Amino acid sequence: MNERILLKNVGASGSHKIDAYLSSGGYKALEKALRTLKPDQVIEMVKKSDLRGRGGAGFPTGLKWSFIPKGVQGPRYLCCNADEGEPGTFKDRVIMENDPHLLLEGIALSCYALAIETAYIYIRGEFIFGAERLLSAICESEARGFLGDDILGSGFNLKIHVHRGGGSYICGEETALLESLEGKRGEPRLKPPFPASVGLYGRPTVINNVETLANIPYIVMNGPEKFASIGTKRNTGTKLFAVSGHVNKPGVYELPLGVSLRRLLFEFAGGMKNGRNLKAVFPGGSSTPVVTPEHLDVPLDFDSLVAAGTMLGSGAVIVMDDTTCMVRIALRLTEFYRHESCGQCTPCREGLGWMVKVLERIEAGKGSPGDVELLIDICSDISTKTLCPLGDAAIIPAQSTIRSFRDEYDLHIKTGGCPFAPECPATEGSLGA
Amino acid sequence: MFAGCQQCRLLAWGMEMAKKKEFSQEALKEIETIVASYPVKQSAVLPLLHLAQREFGFIDDETVELIAGVLGIKPIQVEQALGSYSIFHRVPHGKYVIQVCTNISCSLLGAEEILCHLEKRLGVNRDSTTPDGLVTLKTVECLGSCGTAPVMTINDTYYENLSIDKVETILHEVGV
Repeated sequence: MNERILLKNVGASGSHKIDAYLSSGGYKALEKALRTLKPDQVIEMVKKSDLRGRGGAGFPTGLKWSFIPKGVQGPRYLCCNADEGEPGTFKDRVIMENDPHLLLEGIALSCYALAIETAYIYIRGEFIFGAERLLSAICESEARGFLGDDILGSGFNLKIHVHRGGGSYICGEETALLESLEGKRGEPRLKPPFPASVGLYGRPTVINNVETLANIPYIVMNGPEKFASIGTKRNTGTKLFAVSGHVNKPGVYELPLGVSLRRLLFEFAGGMKNGRNLKAVFPGGSSTPVVTPEHLDVPLDFDSLVAAGTMLGSGAVIVMDDTTCMVRIALRLTEFYRHESCGQCTPCREGLGWMVKVLERIEAGKGSPGDVELLIDICSDISTKTLCPLGDAAIIPAQSTIRSFRDEYDLHIKTGGCPFAPECPATEGSLGA
Repeated sequence: MFAGCQQCRLLAWGMEMAKKKEFSQEALKEIETIVASYPVKQSAVLPLLHLAQREFGFIDDETVELIAGVLGIKPIQVEQALGSYSIFHRVPHGKYVIQVCTNISCSLLGAEEILCHLEKRLGVNRDSTTPDGLVTLKTVECLGSCGTAPVMTINDTYYENLSIDKVETILHEVGV
């Protein structure tokens, strides 16, 4: 039986209410930390647990925290990144809607560790229900003395605010998030300086993903060793895998890091829809290189997926069967990233528009020999030449589908049409079904 | 017809002034709480844009000035932020705004058929409003609901696991 850290309360009736949370041992970790642990001890526990950021980059959380300068006077902030926007990702929403107190307790523990008194949850604008759930949870929690002033008589104060975004993908990038929170355009900042020293309002700021923070209560309550015993070496704990696409049982599954793609898809997600054959999978969101059935036994963890030429990303597993046209997939996703490019950097702003044009003509059967080479060229002109990771993310759908399905691109060009003809001729850049 | 009459002109001017957009008393109270959440007033731009959209339905130049006035910043600062967020409507829209997600997971499971069906059923193309002003049909990027694809929203409500039959039932319930 797999232990559940993040979804243990999800599914129970009224799981979003504080009474349900308290009856399952909620806020006990906060109580333990405030009564028996020094802030540094909490940081030490998180370091020892080897917890890595669940937002996509997999950076060690304890290490990130240690970059916050010590002994600096004045305010410092924690921002919870709840701007879940990577296509295929819907895991943080489950926590915020069903177990908001778990996130609040995680934030409270992190703020206690880092001597932070103000935290902002930056939640994507469309998650109105999640934002309401968080707001009511904050009220409940303040009323019971778990948030607010002099928490549990410890002298520690914490105010958590919920800030709704405006439907902009790039605000999930941490410095764009800070700009957005300051009421400006959501445009990434040049780094360094890093947010740990110059962040929100120019103050030291730590930014962590919802799922990352939701792990903290378990680590504090059960000890870092217990947490590190789950998963694999350097890839500790469980992970929320958000499975979507052509599977029988799409949904969010909490499994130890290192579980194989095969087990996730066939044991948990119910196998392929309509009994069709698996063609390709984005293993960690639409900006992680596609893998093919030969990768089914690769362990789903940060390091193994990098070794396999891809990434764990946000854990959004998008599954495609053999009826899927990979050129269409690349086109639709490149259009998305072009739409979300903030426009600051020329390679990203202009290059993605150009890629869309080339992909459109290949998909429409009007591609010419040399178009695929042109795409590869544009990708290399965008790669590593932008302020933020969006440029590198945006080229991955085209780059990785060319790498794994080059013959499909060539077939479009050679036959002058899409072998997976769409059912709706009015479509532009959609995938059909 | 009384265009020449001074009194009528004044009356018309008065009515125009009376129509000037203002936040309601409750909204102003809410704004006070929002502004207090941040050490810098400009941070309240996004929350106030959300609030203004709820109050007035869309964000026009007058609303931009109104928000700038409340926060004591320049209208261009509000305008700059506004331009980078897709959630805000700059022009009036239908009573119901239907947004169909066309990103990857939804498209894999038939979002395009749903969209084509809605276009035929409502008699409008995507990104336009029915002549009676009842419905605006739009496409939208990933709504973060990929496990229950295909997905659409009507105003702020998510409708998930869509099929054409289910869309019909929903439209019937909503009264479209």
